[in-house]
Amino acid sequence: MIIRREAIEHILKYINDESIIVSTTGMISREIFSTKDRPSNFYMIGSMGLLSSLGLGLALLNKDKHIYIIEGDGSSLMSLGTLPLITYESPINLTHIILDNEAYESTGSQKSISNKISIANIAKACGYTNVTQINDKFTLDKYLKNLNEFNGPNFLNIKTSIEKNKNIPRINLSPTDITDRFKKYINE
Amino acid sequence: MKSLNLDPQIFWKTIKELGYKNFAGVPDSSFGNAYQFMIDDPEIKYIPAIREDVAIGIASASHISNSKGGIILQNSGLGNLINPLTSFNLIYKIPVLMIIGWRGYGGRSNDAPEHWIMGEETTNILDIFGIPWRSFENNNYEIIEELTEKIDELSIPGALIIPPGSFI
Repeated sequence: MIIRREAIEHILKYINDESIIVSTTGMISREIFSTKDRPSNFYMIGSMGLLSSLGLGLALLNKDKHIYIIEGDGSSLMSLGTLPLITYESPINLTHIILDNEAYESTGSQKSISNKISIANIAKACGYTNVTQINDKFTLDKYLKNLNEFNGPNFLNIKTSIEKNKNIPRINLSPTDITDRFKKYINE
Repeated sequence: MKSLNLDPQIFWKTIKELGYKNFAGVPDSSFGNAYQFMIDDPEIKYIPAIREDVAIGIASASHISNSKGGIILQNSGLGNLINPLTSFNLIYKIPVLMIIGWRGYGGRSNDAPEHWIMGEETTNILDIFGIPWRSFENNNYEIIEELTEKIDELSIPGALIIPPGSFI
């Protein structure tokens, strides 16, 4: 298991500045924001489960850029139907990352169902080009170093621990700030 | 129900000329031939979205990529859009053209029980959230541009409502 903040730090270290990151509601977006805010980050602060469809749309419209969807186990399970839709459309420039702590941490760490159900196996059945289950930092580093950004859709399920720090700063951008900044980034 | 004699070709030509070429959605019988026209049109990219909320997620990518996106759905699926609309599109100011088939239109005797309540409440639900909408009463194609102007002005989603049997 990896501490989620460390997983996010590792991921952000390897993602180049042109790549797009879309991230889900709750602690994951807050942690990405406080680790490395970038103009090509799009934080979806509400509407749990909607993120992967936005990521799919972005991948289909911005083929010259790589899109990283970063969400939790609860969020991906909420919109499980999007997984086969992603593989049906099969954008090669998409990597779907699940930070799987087997819990709804943002609402008080209530258990989800991914302690018994493998989200990676579901992704495999859907036909993602590469599906990887990661349980430690060493393997995560190795994976990120060797990631071919245009040979997807890739799926990465990372087992993370429940975060003890409950004081992760909130995102100090308004929703329309997030929209405007991202549109400006795409225009450049 | 009597046909409004809308021509699918004019309908999609009007929509494309207003800049909408990226669509996602879930089909509805209300669209009749207009659905196949859209699928067959090489200028329109359509994603069969499996759910209405997924459709609006995909279509929202268009606006933030500096393009225009639309969705198609049956009004029954408006229920699946309440959360994306209130927690995402309306607060992020991300417009989407929503083309909605109006099952249960014109009263309970016109449709099956599962369409009665949503048929009566479709426009009320849109009004609650301040979402602009227009519906066809005859072949008044000008409502499409009226609506897209409103969508651009407010920078939020708007609904074009299609009663069953509208298309020739």
